[in-house]
Amino acid sequence: MISLAGRDILHAWGKFVFTGMGLGLLIGVTLIMAGVYRGMVDDAKVLLDNSGADLWVVQQNTLGPYAESSSIYDDLWRSIKAMPGVKNAVNATYLTMQVHFDNHDVRTMVTGISYGGPGTAGWPPYLVAGRHITRSHYEAVADIATGFKVGDLIQVRRNHYNVVGLTRRMVSSNGDPMVFIPLKDAQEAQFLKDNDAIWQQRRRTFNNPEFNRAGFPGLIDAVIDDQSSNQFVNTVLVQVDHKYNIEETAENIRKWKRLTVYTRHQMEDIIVGKLIASSARQISLFLVILALVSAAIVAFIIYTLTIGKTREIAVLKLIGTKNSTIAAMIIKQAIALGLIGFVVGKITATFGAPLFPKHVLLEPADALRGLAAVIVICILSSIIAIRAAIKVDPAEAIGG
Amino acid sequence: MIDKGIRIAGLKKRYGFGDTAVDALKNINMYVKPGEVVGLIGPSGSGKSTLLKCLGAVIEPTFGKMMLGEEIIYDNGWLVGDIRALRRDKIGFVFQAPYLIPFLDVVDNVALPSMLAGASNYNARSRAQDLLKALEVEHRAKAMPSHLSGGEQQRVAIARGLVNYPPVILADEPTAPLDSERALIVIKILNEMAKKFDTAVIVVTHDEKIIPTFKRLYHIRDGVTYEEEGQGRGFE
Repeated sequence: MISLAGRDILHAWGKFVFTGMGLGLLIGVTLIMAGVYRGMVDDAKVLLDNSGADLWVVQQNTLGPYAESSSIYDDLWRSIKAMPGVKNAVNATYLTMQVHFDNHDVRTMVTGISYGGPGTAGWPPYLVAGRHITRSHYEAVADIATGFKVGDLIQVRRNHYNVVGLTRRMVSSNGDPMVFIPLKDAQEAQFLKDNDAIWQQRRRTFNNPEFNRAGFPGLIDAVIDDQSSNQFVNTVLVQVDHKYNIEETAENIRKWKRLTVYTRHQMEDIIVGKLIASSARQISLFLVILALVSAAIVAFIIYTLTIGKTREIAVLKLIGTKNSTIAAMIIKQAIALGLIGFVVGKITATFGAPLFPKHVLLEPADALRGLAAVIVICILSSIIAIRAAIKVDPAEAIGG
Repeated sequence: MIDKGIRIAGLKKRYGFGDTAVDALKNINMYVKPGEVVGLIGPSGSGKSTLLKCLGAVIEPTFGKMMLGEEIIYDNGWLVGDIRALRRDKIGFVFQAPYLIPFLDVVDNVALPSMLAGASNYNARSRAQDLLKALEVEHRAKAMPSHLSGGEQQRVAIARGLVNYPPVILADEPTAPLDSERALIVIKILNEMAKKFDTAVIVVTHDEKIIPTFKRLYHIRDGVTYEEEGQGRGFE
């Protein structure tokens, strides 16, 4: 038996191809939307992977340092490092801000890293150009996505930093590229006030009789000095000795230091489940809407094509064609339309994804799921057309 | 008893119920021998199309009897389990317009009923080629229907009607869109094919050009058939 669907498609290939292309653009957008979500999850995992930490010690009862602000003293790391099972503990700060360069701003996550080297928690694990930070101040390593180059002079708040190295795929959970600077500089950047605010605070402190008391020389200077420095960091990144259990080490720190400690798994849950959850829901809703629109388009096109063949269907029925043969013809055409759309959509997504400002991760498994969804949608969409075709009376082929 | 052909006795068709019931066919009696072409004529609304639909097993009569050859296919109810297979295997259709399937080439248009009946593609196409040759359109076998002239399309439609060698062909105004010359050619072809394949052919027509060609005619008036001798000699 010849393929009626195949012959009809070949006969009206232009209609199918152009409709398929239109549908394909819609499918392409759907795949990119799924890719945006995957990219967000991937960014979150990359952030955690690149930190090199087993545990995140943060302010009590906060979801810091990525999902909420967290502030802990910058000398806590010493006592944490002395805990059993802790191989290394270092301070880190994270601040999402605009970095100024060459008359334009780049949105980045400025990360303050402690003294150390590659392999130390918080440090970029590898570079693609230049070298790591070797000085205590005014050097930076930037992700290549910032657009900075080695030797560029960037401005963070009031200070300028020399870009000495470049790294790749070091991004925040929002996809903002990271800029690594020394911890002290980062602390200053995080808490630094402008000159007017500093001057006003000094005047208030000076006029406060509690701080400026006769008989206590040096008190006012000590208070002002304390006010203009920052002793806080966002988190302590902990690397656990492989001989120790990570969960038990975390529990020890929680118990004895009265701080909140997250394992890698818990941190991933926070970022994926809380930080990007609303974005994920929004994207899911978009996916549902796009699926419904695709279904409506396929249903309309297939229904229109079927209604346009009413006389032929009547003739086919009159000469003995089974309803199932006609239904199969319609379903095959709907699937063919979907397949054309999927191929166009996949190509569109593959070539379009790099143009998006955020990381779009197109996973083969998602493409396969998309293909399955397209086929199911096409089959369901053809039901209306099949019902119309089955209702066609073979008598319509005979006049009268 | 007859060996082939079609016989209809006391056929009735009623639409609707009660006070609104309409008797489209009141008393239809026909017999068409194998190899014979008869004309079925009558004014508009006389029941021609209804009769054709009943004969073509497209609608079910209300009462009466129909026989195809020795097989009783209707006796106050269908006696055939698969009406679709009956239409496919035992009845050929030729329509007013050719109604060829636009996305199939000529040979597949002709071969399709045979493929639907279960013949292999090769056998069905081979049979279609033979018929196209008999109807002198074999040179257009690979053409698409839209590339054929009206006369060629009608020949292809006749070939499609004959491809399963049905005992009866129902032709609904087959010459309506054709000029006199081509109309006579189509009727001649139907006569030749009827003889060649031993097929009973019923031609429903209004066409004054072809009515004189029939040897036998059935008039239908108010749902009742009246048989009369025709003037034609059936292209003998």
